[in-house]
Amino acid sequence: MIERTPVLNLATHAILVFGLVLILVPIWLAFVAATLTLQEVNSAPVEVWPGDQLLVNLREAWAQSAFGQKFVNTLIVATGVVLGKITLACITAFALVFFNFRGRMVIFWMIFITLMLPLEVRIVPTYAVAANALMPFQAILDATGLSWLITTLSGIEVALEWNLLNSYTGLILPLVATATGTFLYRQFFLTIPDELVEAARMDGAGPLRFLWDVLIPLSKTNIAALATIMFVYAWNQYLWPLLVITDRANYGMVVVQLSDLVPDQLTTGGGTPTWQLAMAATLVVMLPPILIVILMQRWFVRGLINTDK
Amino acid sequence: MAEINIRAVTKTFGKTTIMEGVTLDIRNGEFVVILGPSGCGKSTLLRLIAGLEEITAGEIAIGGEVVNRLEPRERGCAMVFQNYALYPHMTVAENIGYALKVAGVPRAERTARVAETAKSVGLGDLLDRKPGQLSGGQRQRVAMARAIIRSPRVFLFDEPLSNLDAKLRVQMRHEIRRIHNQIKATSVFVTHDQHEGMTLADRLVVMNRGSIEQVGTPSEIYDRPASTYVAGFIGSPAMNLLPGQLVAARRGVMLEDGTLLPLPGGEGLRDGLMVQVGIRPEHARMVSPGRGRFDARIDMIEELGAARLCNLVFEDIPFSLLTDARPALAPGAVVGVGFGPGQTHLFDAGTGARIETGAGVSQTDRNPARLRGAV
Repeated sequence: MIERTPVLNLATHAILVFGLVLILVPIWLAFVAATLTLQEVNSAPVEVWPGDQLLVNLREAWAQSAFGQKFVNTLIVATGVVLGKITLACITAFALVFFNFRGRMVIFWMIFITLMLPLEVRIVPTYAVAANALMPFQAILDATGLSWLITTLSGIEVALEWNLLNSYTGLILPLVATATGTFLYRQFFLTIPDELVEAARMDGAGPLRFLWDVLIPLSKTNIAALATIMFVYAWNQYLWPLLVITDRANYGMVVVQLSDLVPDQLTTGGGTPTWQLAMAATLVVMLPPILIVILMQRWFVRGLINTDK
Repeated sequence: MAEINIRAVTKTFGKTTIMEGVTLDIRNGEFVVILGPSGCGKSTLLRLIAGLEEITAGEIAIGGEVVNRLEPRERGCAMVFQNYALYPHMTVAENIGYALKVAGVPRAERTARVAETAKSVGLGDLLDRKPGQLSGGQRQRVAMARAIIRSPRVFLFDEPLSNLDAKLRVQMRHEIRRIHNQIKATSVFVTHDQHEGMTLADRLVVMNRGSIEQVGTPSEIYDRPASTYVAGFIGSPAMNLLPGQLVAARRGVMLEDGTLLPLPGGEGLRDGLMVQVGIRPEHARMVSPGRGRFDARIDMIEELGAARLCNLVFEDIPFSLLTDARPALAPGAVVGVGFGPGQTHLFDAGTGARIETGAGVSQTDRNPARLRGAV
């Protein structure tokens, strides 16, 4: 229903503007802070108009945190997570929707339930697995007595180990499993008419052919939406990189690095807090997710105009 | 091209039996129409032939080879779906050529064959369009072309015309028959529309509740319906059925009000058997009261253009009648109903099965003008 009353129009606009201000003011203040000198940024009251130190601050922040390598790292991890999530979610949903096997609904609900368990909840066991990705297998071997059998028979002690700490794999893999993505794909796949599946079967296309030639082209806009959300999600990861990466110089991620620039007792050692540098770095770190959203948004619109159905 | 042999095929979904013991032989190059109301199992039978559903019991052979365990693509069938099932993201050319692409036909040959097939169904200049930009009739043609291009042994049609408007439906009906006459592949066409069935079929298969009621040419089925079900289903408007009792001594049927309808032949009839007498509306005539077999009251007269459908009431039983004349009669008036003894059909009231009375419906009595009005 669309209301057409001036009072309501005014009210809805007021709410919109209020929301916009709420979102934009902090960003504006961050931008202003990034353009000031150390003295200006620490003087009261808060400056609301930008100064002329933006480039100086940017250069200083970039150099101080060695952002170059970290941007590359974060880009690799975010891209890896996005690709992994899209692929895994797609084939999982494909199996769940188009194949009739025992326990299909049980598996779906098990995946669905993990929606309620974000990484932060399972972070300790996940860390344990990342420290030795083969640990679950070792546990199975130990519990079944197989490792004991092997040791007594051959004299070789079974100790499986695959350390994922301080590696891209370790950063990416735990973030790849995605209930949200699987759910999104599943809902889309369920809207595919049965006749289309049957037409493909009559045309001689096997399941993988159907996936590649029909399903994936049809879910392009879905993939774009998922990729956007997941890129931003992966880019903003903080807790997980903080845990698994001790070798910051080689594998550090930008958001973790950014938090180091935030002045506190530890970093300034009682000196004047360098807010202008933290804010300048924030602007830089924000940039890639914003670009991705803008880029993908144009893509959505194109997908919406080109109604193929 | 191949014959299809369906042997005692049964299909169950869980505990519900959709189809039981269906046996049917379809000859090479024949156009068979499976006709029945929704839920009678006709689409299931088609999907069993296509291999989209698994057969519970029995066997289906195409071209002499049992195909029970073959994948759809290995059976050499092409199918046209009710909602066309075109790939929305592919152009018309890609849609038509997809089966060839999957089969690994080289691009040059594919393009040539797509162009040729598209031309044969009148789609030549639409090859770069997407299905979303086509009209219903054009989509239907794409679906046809997609089936034709594979030169299948068997064509399967699953109510392909039901989404088109009436005019286009007649046009596409002719098109389908023309294409069949050209390529002569064995065709199985499923529909609930008797006009489609009558006009397209070499042989009609009438199905009811998961089993076959009658198989025959359209005229055989019209002239000698095997049961009250077929009698009521084929022919429009539906055949009138009047309950009565056989009186062997008088070679006729006594209706409930005591009227005696004479039967042709009438040898060897079981005296006292409860029966139903069928008279097609186009075979009954309106005469002056008292001059016909019985009198009936006019309930309503429907104008059909070429003819008029008179809905009468006889002893609380509705009775319809088609007439060329423009009767100047108002509802409530009483008229006589006349028909020849050769124009009645006799059915067992208990089983619904046809009882042969020694002589069929005489062919000469049929009035072509009335038939046109009926169709």
